[in-house]
Amino acid sequence: MSLLKLDQIDVGFGNQVIVDDVSFSLDAGDIGCLLGPSGCGKTTLLRAIAGFEPVLRGSIELGQRLVSSPAQLVPPEKRGIGMVFQDFALFPHLTVAENISFGIRQQTSSEQRKRVNQLLEHVGLEGYGPRYPHQLSGGQQQRIALARALAPRPRLLLLDEPFSSLDAELRESLATEVRALLKKEEITALLVTHDQQEAFAMADKAGVMYHGRMLQWDTPYGLYHRPAHHLVADFIGHGVLLRGAVTHDQRVQTPLGLLHGDHVPNNSEGEAVDVLVRPDDIVIDDDSERRAKIVAKGFRGAHYLYTVALEDGSQLLCMAPSHHQYELGHEVGLKLNLDHLVLFPAGYCDT
Amino acid sequence: MAPETSSSYRFHQSLRQRALSRLRAWSVPAVAVLICLPLLVIVAGFFIGLFSPEQRDTLAHLGRYVISEYVRHTIILMVGVGLLVAILGVTTAWLTTACNFPGVRWLRWALLLPLAMPAYITAYTYSGMLSFEGPVQLVVRSLTGLQFGEYYFPEIRSLAGAIFILSFVLFPYVYLITRAAFIEQSRAAIEAGRTLGLGPWQSFFRVGLPMARPAIATGVTLALMETLADYGTVHFFGVTTFTTGIFRTWYGMGDPIGALQLASILLSAVVVLMLVERISRRQSKYHHAGRSQQPARPLQLSRSKAWLAFSWCFVPVLVGFLLPALQLLFWSADQLHVWLDPSFWNLVKNSLVLATVAAIITVIVALWLCYGKRRTPTKLIRSSVGFASLGYAIPGVVIAVGVMLPLAWLDHRIINVSEALFGINPGLLLSGTIFALLFAYLVRFLSISVQTVDSGLAQIRTAMDESGRILGLTSRQILSRIHFPLLRTSLITAGILVFVDVLKELPATLILRPFNFNTLAVRAYEMAGDERLAEAGPAALMIVIAGLIPVILLSKAMSARQQAMHEPVMAAPKAEEIYEPVKA
Repeated sequence: MSLLKLDQIDVGFGNQVIVDDVSFSLDAGDIGCLLGPSGCGKTTLLRAIAGFEPVLRGSIELGQRLVSSPAQLVPPEKRGIGMVFQDFALFPHLTVAENISFGIRQQTSSEQRKRVNQLLEHVGLEGYGPRYPHQLSGGQQQRIALARALAPRPRLLLLDEPFSSLDAELRESLATEVRALLKKEEITALLVTHDQQEAFAMADKAGVMYHGRMLQWDTPYGLYHRPAHHLVADFIGHGVLLRGAVTHDQRVQTPLGLLHGDHVPNNSEGEAVDVLVRPDDIVIDDDSERRAKIVAKGFRGAHYLYTVALEDGSQLLCMAPSHHQYELGHEVGLKLNLDHLVLFPAGYCDT
Repeated sequence: MAPETSSSYRFHQSLRQRALSRLRAWSVPAVAVLICLPLLVIVAGFFIGLFSPEQRDTLAHLGRYVISEYVRHTIILMVGVGLLVAILGVTTAWLTTACNFPGVRWLRWALLLPLAMPAYITAYTYSGMLSFEGPVQLVVRSLTGLQFGEYYFPEIRSLAGAIFILSFVLFPYVYLITRAAFIEQSRAAIEAGRTLGLGPWQSFFRVGLPMARPAIATGVTLALMETLADYGTVHFFGVTTFTTGIFRTWYGMGDPIGALQLASILLSAVVVLMLVERISRRQSKYHHAGRSQQPARPLQLSRSKAWLAFSWCFVPVLVGFLLPALQLLFWSADQLHVWLDPSFWNLVKNSLVLATVAAIITVIVALWLCYGKRRTPTKLIRSSVGFASLGYAIPGVVIAVGVMLPLAWLDHRIINVSEALFGINPGLLLSGTIFALLFAYLVRFLSISVQTVDSGLAQIRTAMDESGRILGLTSRQILSRIHFPLLRTSLITAGILVFVDVLKELPATLILRPFNFNTLAVRAYEMAGDERLAEAGPAALMIVIAGLIPVILLSKAMSARQQAMHEPVMAAPKAEEIYEPVKA
């Protein structure tokens, strides 16, 4: 059952449309994620769900109840939503315990104390209650911000780039921790990020946004392997688009040879298409007939990311374990591992 | 071999540099001691008084008859002014930051206008407006037909009147600092309150206001320091406080040590305020809720509420600036003969020359101190600069007393020596000339220029110096080609701020000015003291016009900041700038 449902909403300031015709829904207990480059409207969308921005068109429903429409705007404090802000926004004049209990001040003080201690334990910061926010490190402030948002047991938790101000190492471990915590508390959450690793680590469902549009709302696996738009393919993971032509038997003629798959459209013989080729679709195999030349390589720790050039000059990316080194200019064989073809109309450059 | 590369040249050069850097290292503490001299004299005066039985008697006498009254009046004044400036400053700051109503853009800078009025000048205009023959009572009489004495009319020349005047002149300190704090609170803090179940007004009282507390405390202490330092207003209104007491003890009773002792009591009150200010400033550092990216979106007020908000913010502008300014304009237009009088223009010339010279000296000393701190930021040097900037909190009267006594003593030594050696009496070379005045201004206003120059220098990161060196500039070229162009605005700003403050300054000028040397401020004071209020108009008007300059600078800086924060970040970036281009 969907807890959050957005139906064709527009959000904007004045004449400027920031969020353009977005629809998606999030099931109770799931963690959703909005991905996209900065300025794509994902934070504005989050704020519209929180009730800080009115919608110009469409509707937002929260647990079957209409909360936002052009005619109606339920104020943020009446929505039962929790929010973790990008800069945490802890109240600097209150202690950690006072920050956490801020949203549950109508409860009795013993209830408050119990909840605060429980949350502090959940986020692994027992005994930090009497400290002030400025005495905590960035990662600790992050956890307190999360605990504060969770304290009133919101129906939906919104997280705005929650890990962006932390360093890379902390970011990954915290993302996994937070996911475990949200699952434990059975919280439905929606987070905004521009970091796909973070999205993969946390999300059950994710959407890629670009210029205010939601290009695709899918599982992370689907976004990676079945991108619905070449911009999604671009944004998620590495990959190149290889120009090809559809043959009469619904296969695709490419510089890599004749490829076949289930998604080739019918009656499109002779049409030019772009085929998405991910590095993990290609294996370097010196016995293979398909020959290519190494033109660039980048060390990635466990593996090298090679750029190889085919005979006709088109280039591909492929990976190989890093103890398996090739020099620039070396000729290698390529074996294809393309289970399913991802095709886009050729030269499709517009959203 | 070129002289630059010879080893002996290099040896001499390094010696010279070492001597220079040693000079720099010692000059900063030396300047600091010199500038703190008046304060040291005050503190010393207190102990001298304690140890001489004669002085103890006078002190006991003072204590019995006057000090308790001074203390009482000063406390009432501070409590009253403190409360009123906090209410006026915080409410106007909040309304103009968090709400949107017609006229709010204008009010944002108009609320700074009262800063252009020295309190004593506002006091003159109100006692003119509210006097028996003033416009207000005339209207009351013509409306009611009552005669003098038949109706009650509040007396402005009273303690309550002084509280009223000082509050409406000084509340912009609170407004300015609190508003900056409100702007810097990221909207996230208020919105976090909303998602945790607070309504818009609740989130102001429970989140916005507590977070701005240190800023409010800073603003109120600054206003209270000005209140303690005020002489013109309380003297004119006949309220006896420490500043008037020092004057009376010095001139009326000819008791310099007694004046010193009163000054030292006043000084200790100032020290307490300074501590409060330091602590609250330090706290406000923690009260930034992370990086504030976007200010909260202002609340759109409904028609009736917008009217209410506008009037609430407009009244302080009206009372603190527009009415007094109109009264001054009226007096000035009325007193045409004053404008045509060459002696008036002589006053203008005196004031301008004095303020310009003081500004130049102050900026040069500030530059020297700030560079010393930048080059060798040792603990000694940093605390020296800190001590040298204490003057902003010290009332002009206290500084004047502290300057006068040592300079007079020194003058008498000089006269003795000179008479013994050459048989000539050179007169009072230091205490009887403009020198004493310039020194007092330096002590009082150095901190303004140190602050401005310091923040200017802070923008020139050392990496800039270093990249200049790498690109082949000598250290002198770095000064002329990198530092000077970058510092120019700060230096001019510092100069202007000191210039205007010197023009407005009254009590120190009154005590220290050479015989028959008059300035605009002194003339306005004398005219008002003689009950020739209208004739004080032209001089006061000139001071207020000059006082408008820093207000304009401030409001420009404020709107630049607001603009930087409102800059739209929505401009859609191009796809190819975001994505790694795919090679296909």
